[in-house]
Amino acid sequence: MTMIFGVPMAVFMGQLTLGLVNGAFYALLSLGLAVIFGLLKIVNFAHGAQYMLGAFAALLGFRYLGINYWLALILVPLVVGGFGMLMERFLLRRIAHLDHLYGLLLTFGLALIFEGTLINFFGVSGARYATPEILQGGLNLGFMFLPTYRAWVLVAALAMCLFTWFMIERTRLGAYLRAGTENSQLMQAFGVNVPLLITLTYGFGVGLAAFAGVLAAPLYPVSPTMGSSLLIVVFAVVVIGGMGSILGAILTGLGMGIIEGLTKVYYPEASNTVIFLVMILVLMLRPAGLFGKEA
Amino acid sequence: MATSHTTEAVNLPSAVQERQRRARFRRNMFYLALIVIGLVAPFVAYPVFLMKILCFALFACAFNLLLGYAGLLSFGHAAFLATGGYVTGYLLASYPGLTPELGILAGTAMATLLGVLFGVLSIRRQGIYFAMVTLALAQLMFFVFVQSSFTGGEDGLHGVPRGSLFGVIDLSSNLAMYYFVFAVFVFGFAVIQRAVHSPFGQVLKAIRENEPRAISLGYNVDAYKLLAFVLSAALAGLAGSTKTVVFQLASLTDAHWHMSGEVILMTLLGGVGTLLGPLMGAGLVVSLQHLLAQSPLGNWVSVILGIIFVVCVLSFRSGIIGELSKMYRKNFK
Repeated sequence: MTMIFGVPMAVFMGQLTLGLVNGAFYALLSLGLAVIFGLLKIVNFAHGAQYMLGAFAALLGFRYLGINYWLALILVPLVVGGFGMLMERFLLRRIAHLDHLYGLLLTFGLALIFEGTLINFFGVSGARYATPEILQGGLNLGFMFLPTYRAWVLVAALAMCLFTWFMIERTRLGAYLRAGTENSQLMQAFGVNVPLLITLTYGFGVGLAAFAGVLAAPLYPVSPTMGSSLLIVVFAVVVIGGMGSILGAILTGLGMGIIEGLTKVYYPEASNTVIFLVMILVLMLRPAGLFGKEA
Repeated sequence: MATSHTTEAVNLPSAVQERQRRARFRRNMFYLALIVIGLVAPFVAYPVFLMKILCFALFACAFNLLLGYAGLLSFGHAAFLATGGYVTGYLLASYPGLTPELGILAGTAMATLLGVLFGVLSIRRQGIYFAMVTLALAQLMFFVFVQSSFTGGEDGLHGVPRGSLFGVIDLSSNLAMYYFVFAVFVFGFAVIQRAVHSPFGQVLKAIRENEPRAISLGYNVDAYKLLAFVLSAALAGLAGSTKTVVFQLASLTDAHWHMSGEVILMTLLGGVGTLLGPLMGAGLVVSLQHLLAQSPLGNWVSVILGIIFVVCVLSFRSGIIGELSKMYRKNFK
């Protein structure tokens, strides 16, 4: 059997795929955080909870309304994103003029509320969400076994990242968003409805989190706490990459996933902590982050 | 003409001095009243409950030093509370000859050391990045505590002996323990009070209000921030160490990010940037948790804390003490 640095090829590739899949989630979530941060200048602490809501919406939609996976993949981000827009319109907007730390605190409180409420109804032990039939099983690539669903998650997440990149960099709406990120007051003076743009942007960011949640539902146990621990890792990823660029967020997310996967192969004890250690290294060597413009 | 001018010049400062002297006197009397209340309290309320409030109040005061006076929102203060607690707990449980005050000193020293490390790293970024960095570093510590053997992993440390203070005063009675905790709190509070009203505290406030300006005035902003961070970490560690001696246990709850959130809530509810706010906030949050735990709403604690968070941020940003002093200033000055 082929060995890579003393580890069987199949094990190595398996962990690499796992890492890439995790990285895809880091990328999707940090992308959503970056989009929201760009215009609203707040860190959306409820991002993990919104990701969890996405997974729960898929689970409950299937259980009670018979909504299948594919429909959920489209519907859930719209519903949760719409819910996010309501949050922005009625809560976040009221504190938009204040220090941005208040936005962080408000979304933190909301995250506690969502998480706590769902814990009361569903407990902390995770529920299983069935993988859709066509994505069950796997492909034997000769050097490794690739589970179909994981391959699909990678493709779907990357497609979504590219779609976001396209929306922001190549469309008129995206141009507004980029201009608003630079100077939203000037935008408003030019007659652009900035408050609406902010609501849409927040909704889009939340929708991205919910999309990630639906993708994650068949992969991880669906539980109320699935988002919070993930979010802290994503924060570290954001500190490493900086929130300045979209491609930076995607690359950092995938890269950290790979590093985490490889750590699982060579030094499993550190697999939980390696991303935080990378963050410390980046803070020491390049405090603004790998793709960041300012400290 | 010339004489009246001089008398004015002499009188004016003395009038100001007189007013300052009176204000200081009023403040001292107020603190004295608080100390008397603190001394009588264990005869009125359950001492263990009061000790819990005092430990968390010290924790919140330490946190407030950083947020309220230096404008730095740390989302990782649980790490210092837990480090103090675990180190003290481990030492007291493994070396029976060790007296509790030495155990607490060692725990506080470790938390201080961690504060230096965290501080050096996190003050490299500002604002929300600072919050994210501290949160991530605290999560790193959480995993370290989960995986280390000295912390007892998921089980935590139990049955930490309270021992005898200085080898003389037996702390197994709750009343003796209470007075020790009260003394620790008064010490911590005095340190913070002193720091806030010193030139050091004034520079911190200047940095909070306008950092570029403070830099342009020639202040070494990073050194001030680091010192504030380390002081805050040390006092948070002191709170954690003391808490471990009181409850004779140290667990992962103290290291969890929920704990970092709770201390923010206590400070916010009582009043960020006020000296008494954190004490008030800690008292309220601990009492609320205590009441809810016994009521049918017991499972809804974190939801209710979340709601208080949202309400505070939306409409109550100065906190209770902050709003009260606003009212006082409006009506009596």
